[in-house]
Formats: sequence, structure tokens, C-alpha cells
Amino acid sequence: MDAIILQILNGLDKGSAYALIALGLTLIFGTLGVVNFAHGALFMIGAFVAVSVQRLLSLSFEQIDSTKTDFLGNPLKVKVPYVESWFGPEVGATIIDWSVPLAIIVAIPVMLLVGFVMERGLIKHFYKRPHADQILVTFGLAIVLQELVKYFFGANPIQTPAPDAFTGSFDFGAMIGFDPNVIIYPYWRLVYFGFAAVVIGAVFAFLQFTTFGMVVRAGMADRETVGLLGINIDRRFTIMFGIAAAVAGIAGVMYAPILSPNYHMGMDFLVLSFVVVVVGGMGSLPGAVAAGFLLGILQSFASMNEVKSVIPGIDQVIIYLVAIIILLTRPRGLMGRAGVMEE
Amino acid sequence: MKFLGLSAKDTRFLLIVILLTLATPIILQPFPEGSGLATFNAGYPDLMQRFAIFGIFAIGFNILFGLTGYLSFGHAAFLGIGSYTVVWMYKLLDYNVIWGLPLAVVTSGLFALLIGYISLRRSGIYFSILTLAFAQMSYNLAYSVLTPITNGETGLQVYSNDPQVLISEGETSPHFFGIVMNESAKLNLGDWQFTFNNGYYFTAIIAIVVFYISLRIFRSPFGLMLRAIKTNQTRLNYTGINTRPYTLAAFVISGMYAGLAGGLMAAMDPLAGAERMQWTASGEVVLMTILGGAGTLMGPILGAGFIKYFENIFSKINDQVLHGWFEWMPDGLEDFIIGLSHFFVGKSWHLTLGLLFMLVVIFLPGGLVEGGTRIWHAIRRDRKPKGPDPEHHPEHIPHVAEKEEF
Repeated sequence: MDAIILQILNGLDKGSAYALIALGLTLIFGTLGVVNFAHGALFMIGAFVAVSVQRLLSLSFEQIDSTKTDFLGNPLKVKVPYVESWFGPEVGATIIDWSVPLAIIVAIPVMLLVGFVMERGLIKHFYKRPHADQILVTFGLAIVLQELVKYFFGANPIQTPAPDAFTGSFDFGAMIGFDPNVIIYPYWRLVYFGFAAVVIGAVFAFLQFTTFGMVVRAGMADRETVGLLGINIDRRFTIMFGIAAAVAGIAGVMYAPILSPNYHMGMDFLVLSFVVVVVGGMGSLPGAVAAGFLLGILQSFASMNEVKSVIPGIDQVIIYLVAIIILLTRPRGLMGRAGVMEE
Repeated sequence: MKFLGLSAKDTRFLLIVILLTLATPIILQPFPEGSGLATFNAGYPDLMQRFAIFGIFAIGFNILFGLTGYLSFGHAAFLGIGSYTVVWMYKLLDYNVIWGLPLAVVTSGLFALLIGYISLRRSGIYFSILTLAFAQMSYNLAYSVLTPITNGETGLQVYSNDPQVLISEGETSPHFFGIVMNESAKLNLGDWQFTFNNGYYFTAIIAIVVFYISLRIFRSPFGLMLRAIKTNQTRLNYTGINTRPYTLAAFVISGMYAGLAGGLMAAMDPLAGAERMQWTASGEVVLMTILGGAGTLMGPILGAGFIKYFENIFSKINDQVLHGWFEWMPDGLEDFIIGLSHFFVGKSWHLTLGLLFMLVVIFLPGGLVEGGTRIWHAIRRDRKPKGPDPEHHPEHIPHVAEKEEF
């Protein structure tokens, strides 16, 4: 029992990341009908926004500390971050410590902008082109973005620590009546899960309860009729593209402490996210979220030693195996609609 | 002139392809050794072999994707299977590639039959994801559980304690009845140096044969049926034709091509690694085919050559080479240009590749072949008449919903 709870918890954070990326992919596909292979790159850019914000906040200048001396007896030069000198050492240190959550504030406008530029500059011209062309051009864009990030940040993963308050692990088992130290779980992963739940909830609420969301949903169902009613659906879809980019971006920001950002993390997530989207059913938002968590949790279950000893190698293939079984038994994925992407 | 059941035009086309293939070691070596532009020479054996091998891979992929429109994202699995088969034959029998290559075609064909039978139950992106899933499963298994067969991360290679029952004295690398693959003849003409490599000619002859087969498939009733599937599968179904056997046949044929290409990789270099099965390798062949022009005969080969050329030549250009080129410039300008080119060459050559993909897809939807055709027409000045006859096809008046603002 305790092992099962532990695996469910372990699956949640990966599942959250899959669900967030898949949600954005489905939003773009459902609204614009575009298969966006650059979505993983957006996730990666988000993670590097976190890296940049952390670096910017830690920018420091050298100051002579008269109270201390180095080993030669000269006054010691110490590095003082600008924020510490502006806001005082305590507030400054806290700001640096909390740079990853703070990066979300930066990431949202940045990613919205990236999304708008991408949609207006490139994707717009590909609405009516075959899906193969869309895949190729966005794949090319993903390579370009990836190489630019590699050029400026280097090829090695960059450690991006979470705030000190969340660095440890907490004893989840003790809280619900198990022996202590059986189910321990890092705080940040729990934060990530909560954050993902909030973002997913917000996107659904936005689509469900606002007039804008209602128009977008109507456009997803029948674009032409909405256009005939005198609504500029293209502009709304562009905004949705920006929102999808922002969702991928902040998913990347928050994932930075879990997986040190490197330039190819986007591609690593992209392939699995596509499997998630298709398993959930192309164009179905709840399907994408459900499949994301389902595959994330199944993956962590399969990596349990008990399971691995019965079926060796299952942890390596479980996601693909489940994808194959689901696609063969449910032709359109878990919650897909008929006629989407079947031509 | 007709030849081997081809029309006169196709015979001419095939002869040109044969000539170009056989003369590749000379064509790709246009710059004298030691000159500043020698970096752009591609006439060295390793690269030419890759041109031929990936050409075969892409020709095969094109039979599936170009003709039927089924986009497989898992063809690299067959590439890996082919490689493993050939290396196992080295380990069990001897270094003669004659045992391994036919077997590689057969095994990859069997795997393609199995995977295709299951995956072809779905179409569109569902088919792509199914093939991707199978290939990724093969890749992950080859890395982990199947280590006794694949030798895991190290990659499969020949060890001195392998049985090699047919081995004769002095056999240390792959050969074809005594023609050793990695031996070459060199020819020096003035400053030019040409390398004629056994391995390249071996792969090139196979490539010509499989190109001929694909030409015949393109012109056959079977090829016509495959094209009909791409155009409108629903209509075919309504006319009472079961399309599954045709798509499955195309899938198996292209899987066999991939297996042959993988086998040839192991024939050039007696190694096989799981990374050949990764999705990036599958993606590469998709890119090659689309970049060159899917559904055309020459497109996939051009695309394969183009990508492999970039991968090998652009990644080689380093600061030293750049300084050699731009030393005539004033210092400041030289530094600026070299700094700028850091984005595009050497370690960052992927950026150039990515930009090229985007440019080709945006401006040449039909791939490089379309670009060539356009240039050809521009030279010949016999452009297609602009649009259909206006009397019979009145100008299209945009539907209300197609207008942007109203």
C-alpha cells in the first residue's frame, strides 16, 4: 500500500509536466488545426527564462568589506548582488532565493510575446498547408530555438535551485498514518503538482466561464459559422496560441528545479507529449490532461522493482505499450472526436 | 531506346543517375587539395558511403510516405534491425557481407510485416504515433533487456572469442568475396586527389539496383494503386477495393529498404548501436524525404545527400578555416564576420539546418525537386500558362467566410 501511494506521488510531477505540455499542444491543434512540433522548445525556453531570471537577480558587483581581510592582510573584496544592496541584505537574499517562482511573472509576458510572434510570423501561413509541412516547419523552428539557447547558455545542464523553503522532503506517510520515513516526497514536486492543477483549472475555467472562452470553444467546434456571425475568430485563436505558449513556458519555469535545464529538454518532452495528446484523443482537452497523468503514473508504477522483476524492461516501454493498446482498442484515443486528423 | 522494361524517358533518367552515381568521387571533389575551398570537398569514402546508404533509406521511405501518404515515424527501427542482423552474421559466420545483407532484408521485412499489420489499422497521426511507439519500444528494449542480443550501450561488435565458423586467415574487416570494403584506390591529378573506395562502389551499385526497383514500382499498376490511396482512400473503399494489402505491401517494402540500409551501415563499419533506432533517426529520414520532395523519384536522394553534406561539411568549418577565408578583410570586419558565422557553422551547424528546413518548407513546398524544376523552367522560359482558361474557369470570388475582416 505505501509503495503504491509513493508511486502515485512520483508519477504526479512527471504527469503534471506531460499534462501541461499536452494541454498546450491540444489547444493549438484544436483551435488552429496546426501540429506544433516547436511546443517542446517553448517548454525549454520557459525553463531558460527561469535560469536567466536567477542569473539576473544574482548579478553582483564587488565591494570592499573593511571588516574582513584576506590572507595577505588586505581588505577583502566581496561580491554583493545588486538586489541586496538596493533592498537590504535580508530582502535581497529572499528575492534571489525565490527567483524561480518570481520568474513566472517574467515568463508569462515573454512567452505570450513569443507565442504571438510565432503565430503571426510563421504559423499563420501554414493553416491550409498539409500537416507534414506544419510538422517540418515547426521542427525546423524548434531546432533553431534550441541552437540559439545552446549558443547563449552552453550545452551543459544548469542547476536552478528551488527556494530554500521547498528544498527538503516531507514525510507524507506519517501524516496519513503510515510508519515514518516510508513515504517521503520532495516539497517542490508537490508544489509543481499543485501549480499544474491550478494552471489546468485556470485554463478550463477561462474556456468555460468567460465570453472569450465561449467564443473560442464555438470556434473550435465550427470555425466558419463563428466567422459568419461577425466575430474575428483569427485574432482570438492567435491569443489562444499565446496562452498555450505561456502554459508551456510556465510549466518549464517551474520544472527547472526538478530537471536542470539543458537545450534538448524540449525535444525529450515533445515526443512523449505527442504520445500523450494522441492517447488522450486529438483535440480533446480533458483527454490530454487525463492521459498525461495516466501515463506519468503508469510510468512510475512500472519502474517499481516488484513490477520489473515480473516483467523485465517494462519500465522502458510501458508508455508506448499503453499507447498502442489504447489506440488499437479506442481508435480515437481516450476522448477524441470523430473525424479529427484521420484524412 | 528501351531498357529493362522502362520507357525511353525513364531509361535516359536511369542512365543519368547511374553515371552520376559512379562519377560521384570525381564530382564531389571539385576543389584542389590545400586550397581554401577544399573544406567543401565531399569526395571522401566515409561521406560518400553515407550518401548512398541514406539515399537507399530515403528511397524506401518514399515508397511508403511519398506514394501512400502514410507518415511513419518509426522507420529507424528497421535500420537498427538490419545493422544488428549483419553484425550477428559477422559474429557467427565470417566477415563476408553476403550472409548478412540478404538476411537483414528478410528480418526487417518480417518485423515490418508485424508492425505494419498492427499500425496500419489506423491512419493519419494515429498511424504515425503507433509506428513511433513501436520504434521507441525497440530502442528502449535494445538498450535495456535485450542486452544479450544487442550488447546494450556498448553496441554490438565482433570480439575475438566469437565463433566465426567460416573465418579464413587474415580476415579482419567486412568484405564481399575478398573485396575489402574499407580499401580504396587513390588517383592524383595535379592538385586534385580522387578516392575510389570499394565500399562506396559496393553501396552505390546496390543503390542503383534499388533505385531501379523503386522506379519500376512508381510506374507499375501497384504504384498507381498506392497513389490512389494517397489521393482518396475513402473513394477506393467505396469502389470495393480493400486497400490494406497494398499499404501493408508498401510498408513491408520500405521496411526492407530500411533494413538493407542498416545492413550496409554495418557492412561499412562492423558496429551496431541502439541509437540507430531512436526517433531522431526516424525523424531524419522524414526530413530528408520532405526536404528533397516527397513522392518524386530523385527527391529523397537529393534530400539525403543535402542533409548528410551539411552535417559533415558545415560542422567541420572552424575558426582556423574561417580565418583562412577572411584574412584579406580589415581586422575589425574579419572578427565581426567570424563572430557572426559562429551561429551557423562548426558546432552550431544545426542552426543552419533548421533555418534551411524552414526556408525550404515556406518557399518550396515541393522540396528541392520543385526548386530545380522552377529554375529549369526559368531558364527554358516556358513557364506554365498562368492559371486555367479564364472563360471556362471564372475567377474565384472569395466566400464570405474566407475574408478576413468584414
